[in-house]
Amino acid sequence: MLGFVIRRILWLIPVLFVVSLITFTLMHAVPGGPWDREKPLNAGTVLRLNEIYGLDKPIWQQYINWFGGMLQLDFGPSYQYRDRGVNDILGKGWPVTVQLGVMTFIVAVGVGIPLGIFAALGHNRWPDYVATTISMVGIATPSFVLAILLIVIFSVGLNWFPARGWKGPDTWVLPVIALSGYQIAQIARYTRASMLEVTRKDYVRTAHSKGVRATAVVVRHMIRNALIPVVTILGPIFAFLVTGSFIIENFFGIPGIGRLYIVAIGGRDYSMIMATTVIYAFAVAFLNFIVDILYAYIDPRIRYS
Amino acid sequence: MEEAVSLELTPDEAARITREQRENKAARSKNLLEVKNLSTHFFTPDGVVRAVDDVSFELGYGETLGLVGESGCGKSVTALSLTRLVPNPPGKIVAGSVVFDGVDLLKLSDDGMRKLRGKEIGFIFQDPLTSLNPTLTIGFQIAEAIRQHMGLSKKASYDRVVELLGKVGIPRARDRLGDYPHQFSGGMRQRVMIAIALSCDPKLILADEPTTALDVTIQAQILELISVLSDEFGTAVLLITHDLGIAAGMCDRVNVMYAGRIVETGSVDVIFEKPRMPYAWGLLDSLPRLDDVRGERLRTIEGLPPLLINVPDACRFNPRCNFARDACRDHEPELTQRDEPGHLARCWATDKGGWIA
Amino acid sequence: MATQTRSLPGVAATARRSEGVWRDAFGRLRKNKLALLGALGVFLLLFAGVFGPLLAPLKYQAQDLVAIGLNNNEPIPPFQSMVHPLGTDQLGRDILSRLLDGAQVSMTVAFVVQLVVLFIGVPLGAIAGWFGGRIDTYLMRITDIFYAFPDLLFIILLSIAFRETAFGRALNGVLLVFVAIGLTSWVTVARLIRGQLLSLKETEFVEAARAIGVSDRNIVTRHLLPNAIGPVIVAVTLGIPTAILAEATLAYIGIGVQPPRASWGTLIAEGQGFIRSYPWLTLFPGIMIATALMSFTFLGDGLRDALDPKLKGKQ
Repeated sequence: MLGFVIRRILWLIPVLFVVSLITFTLMHAVPGGPWDREKPLNAGTVLRLNEIYGLDKPIWQQYINWFGGMLQLDFGPSYQYRDRGVNDILGKGWPVTVQLGVMTFIVAVGVGIPLGIFAALGHNRWPDYVATTISMVGIATPSFVLAILLIVIFSVGLNWFPARGWKGPDTWVLPVIALSGYQIAQIARYTRASMLEVTRKDYVRTAHSKGVRATAVVVRHMIRNALIPVVTILGPIFAFLVTGSFIIENFFGIPGIGRLYIVAIGGRDYSMIMATTVIYAFAVAFLNFIVDILYAYIDPRIRYS
Repeated sequence: MEEAVSLELTPDEAARITREQRENKAARSKNLLEVKNLSTHFFTPDGVVRAVDDVSFELGYGETLGLVGESGCGKSVTALSLTRLVPNPPGKIVAGSVVFDGVDLLKLSDDGMRKLRGKEIGFIFQDPLTSLNPTLTIGFQIAEAIRQHMGLSKKASYDRVVELLGKVGIPRARDRLGDYPHQFSGGMRQRVMIAIALSCDPKLILADEPTTALDVTIQAQILELISVLSDEFGTAVLLITHDLGIAAGMCDRVNVMYAGRIVETGSVDVIFEKPRMPYAWGLLDSLPRLDDVRGERLRTIEGLPPLLINVPDACRFNPRCNFARDACRDHEPELTQRDEPGHLARCWATDKGGWIA
Repeated sequence: MATQTRSLPGVAATARRSEGVWRDAFGRLRKNKLALLGALGVFLLLFAGVFGPLLAPLKYQAQDLVAIGLNNNEPIPPFQSMVHPLGTDQLGRDILSRLLDGAQVSMTVAFVVQLVVLFIGVPLGAIAGWFGGRIDTYLMRITDIFYAFPDLLFIILLSIAFRETAFGRALNGVLLVFVAIGLTSWVTVARLIRGQLLSLKETEFVEAARAIGVSDRNIVTRHLLPNAIGPVIVAVTLGIPTAILAEATLAYIGIGVQPPRASWGTLIAEGQGFIRSYPWLTLFPGIMIATALMSFTFLGDGLRDALDPKLKGKQ
């Protein structure tokens, strides 16, 4: 098991490297520099700025400088806000984004898995139809569409929740629901499918033939085995959550990293873009790593191989 | 039901007492299992499949009965029907009675049936790899039935598991309690299944093709094990197999099934020496023999078993039978008594007034 | 239970041969109400995308300043005017026309992306699967690394990197979007093809074909690829919602389709600031996106269930 964990950790390093390299290359492949504004600056100013920001050095050296800085969690100066560094800006937004992410994840798993189990146990009866309909709608509705619907109904229409901001529990509700909708639907769908498949398995029949009580069969034999495939899709679900979060942050005016990311994209703040991209990509890779570990923990066959 | 055996006896004493009780019951010539007119149908979009059609047989205490037939004849479904484990949908037991130790199982409540499963009736399934839960230790899976039915403490249950593992021939049992099924070989897994089936000392074991998924060399060991243990505990065994050789070696009596019906029944000697039904002849004839001429083709029964939807009133074997005549197509024969007591066969040709002597 | 497909009482009979995989599949598809609903939605969307902008009375960028002026310089709400059945935005542009333009963008993106995917994915998958060995390993390693990088981020990066170039500006930014999305989506199809080839490569009928001298290329194109078509069709159909969503997301962030062209995503971005006062600006494009996604997803699910009923309910 330990060997498995170590191997997985080691895999994170090349991923980090490749991700940062790709990001760096793309950013510097952009024609025109970071100083292009509607009114072009004069050449002298551009030269000076390049000197200050180290852009006059050869590309490979720039990369090494940047990578080194990144390892120390120093992402350099912002190109947009000349008086602040990327770290300062990100530092304020980081906890907000993490909070949104964690809450969404808990809701997604906490609602999705029971919904899937509920649907499977009530197969071909009303629980199944209701849960399946919810899933199908959830999958087809992207987070910002769901956000629109929620705001129109609950904020504009019923005035239960505010439409913007991040202060206190009532501002958390709509964004978390909007962001988790898709995840709940996917998780429920997979859980249901997995449970239905497990129902047909021989070892469930063996459990019944031993006279084990029905609830014990479901909990001990079915759920545990059914969750194994569900854990494998948690990886892509996380990726979706991470990338979806910046849209929701923008939509609901939540002061997290996501909003900064979008603003940076518009304002061509390349160091900010690079920093947030790398952070997001690394977060996804790290979460995938956690998922792999969880998978090995649940399925003894993986552990011992 | 029997009196519970006191826990202060040693396991061997307890086994001896149980066996005596069972032998006494047998002497009172009551059958352990009486199946009458059992019918199990599958309701599919293409029609109703009459997988088990009006099947009747008896099984005595401590007896080993073989249920023999080719794939699809309904023998597995019969066994599953006895314990009401037929998947529903699409299957359903539509008629009949299954009287086990004086109680009609088909009339029990769900909970009543559940209490008997594992405790009074044990099941050995065909494929031990898929029949064991891959995420639970084998120790737990064997102990599960014990803790469910016998009310022993955790420690006492696991002690019994170790004892059972020893009986089925798994070495260093105590160390292996925490191991998972995938860490065992095929033969060992089947031994674990046998241990599960025997865990609560049942009166009856249903063994559905217990060796089909195993290597030939292991098959003999497993069959021997089942035989020895059922003798030791006085357990009755319903052995389902398509392999006549296995039936010949293990069973006291044999039922031959074809297309959802029993077509011949009798003691193992009579069935193998003097069968009275062309299907049985075909089966026996198809067995390869040591004195066969090399290079000669193996003998088979031409054709395929019939589709069990919309079955007409005719002998179900007649399309493949070399001796069929009009009578066979007009009306299905009944199971009728033949020369030996307990030997019944379903065939016009070999019956009184038939055209085969 | 073994079911033999022959009738009673029979003489020697042969099993009924399946009348073609496609006939069976089509029959199953027809019975699936949800899939039919999806197919209807797809058809309507395609119609709207192809013919909509041609048939629409108003151009998507035309501003009806007169009507706005009459309304206190505020956008016209839906269901009030015959000229603007779904209302206008703050600049007086007709919502219906803009939705139709968005439909054209989305449908174009969706299908062209799949073309790109097939164009890259099929050959690469075929090469990896057919040659196996080290070529396969290298290609799979490359795809693994792509897999670790979240798709959307990569698309965004690509789009940002190239949006100022001529390539990026072609077709109002739509071409860039196609290529960017396509570059991240080909992996699934490549994997499918690869898997199919790997498993079929060693079968006897391939050996037989080789023995009579059929060239490798012909074996792959005539024998192996047709077998893989089923799962590929499903993958492509289910890939369309992802592409539509990606395009809408990009447009929402401000990348990809540039104004004045109206992608549903840009419509949402433009209207989101006014969600309390003029909710229809965001509601209608939102509904369109949801409808498009649902239609293709239902149809794709239906196709998958039809082509292999054993997989029903699985992914």
